[in-house]
Order: sequence, then structure tokens, then C-alpha cells
Amino acid sequence: MNKSDLIALISEKNNIPYRKAELIVESFFDFIVKTLQSGRRVELRGFGSFFTKSYKSYMGRNPNSGEKILVAPKKLPVFRAGRELKNLVDKK
Amino acid sequence: MANITRKDIANHFLKIGVELDPVQALEYVNQIIDIISGKLRQGEDVLIFNFGKFAVRQKRARKGRNPRTGEEVIISPRKVVTFRPSPVFRSKINGNG
Repeated sequence: MNKSDLIALISEKNNIPYRKAELIVESFFDFIVKTLQSGRRVELRGFGSFFTKSYKSYMGRNPNSGEKILVAPKKLPVFRAGRELKNLVDKK
Repeated sequence: MANITRKDIANHFLKIGVELDPVQALEYVNQIIDIISGKLRQGEDVLIFNFGKFAVRQKRARKGRNPRTGEEVIISPRKVVTFRPSPVFRSKINGNG
């Protein structure tokens, strides 16, 4: 499933125009990004949480040339599935 | 700073210029989450452009250790959800845009 499938499902399920569903779905994901940008965490009960993880700079290597390079410190967005989602996906 | 919850996203929906009441707004938040969970439950990947990809991966059985007792245990094969953030999301977090 991709984003437009999700928008179409929301549109059909609620009998609303595609454009309205699109605004809702887009702002759902935008808001998560903005929250993480502001240094906060998103906690969606039953589904999981989004947060950022910081990495210090480290010595890496260019995989092509083998040359040593300093990798700059960075932050990465992380998602951790909640218990309900974990159980749902792993249902035997 | 408090964490953002389903309710905060619903409140945000009230400010984006679409006609919604608070009950409907929360219902949309729940629907989006339920649809994504449902697809993952079926083993289907969910790709959200400019955000990231949720996927289900099969993990094999492996040996682990109970961290408290040090006892060796077999971790059973299982399916897990993974999330890979899109390059756009990653660069936004690092302050580029």
C-alpha cells in the first residue's frame, strides 16, 4: 500500500472528497515529522512511537575507495512498534 | 516536554482548514493507524512517500540470553515491523529544510 491508496481508503470509508482525505493524511505525517524536528516524541498507543536517535561522529570508510573519512554526527528518526502491533503482526 | 499523542494529532487536524469536529478528527487519526496496522497484519508493506516505509520482516530462531540470569534461551522465529525513514524525513531531522 502507498500513500495514495491510504488516501483513497480514507476518502471511500468516510464518503469525503479525495482532496479532503489527502489534506488529512498529509498533515498526519507532516505533524509527526514536525514533532520530531522540535525534539519531541510521538506516542501512538497500540501502534508505536516515533522518536529521534543521535549518533556521534565516527571514523568510517568510503566503501569504494577504502579511504578513511570522518562521518559527521547525525540524528535519525526511529519507529518502535508497540506491543499491540507487535502481537498483531506476529499472530500465528 | 510532553509526548505527542493521538489526541494532539486530532487537535492539529482542526487547524488545517478542513471542516471537522473533534470527534471526527480523532476518528480519522484512528482510521489511518488502523489501516496501516491492518496492511502490516496481512504482511503487506506500507510506503508513505516523503515519510518512510513500514515493512514486516521474518526473523529466524536464534540463541539469546536472559540478561538477568545469563541463561541461554532460544528466541523463536517471529515477524517484526520495521520502519525505514525516507531521505526527506532524515534530512528534515538534521535541520536541512
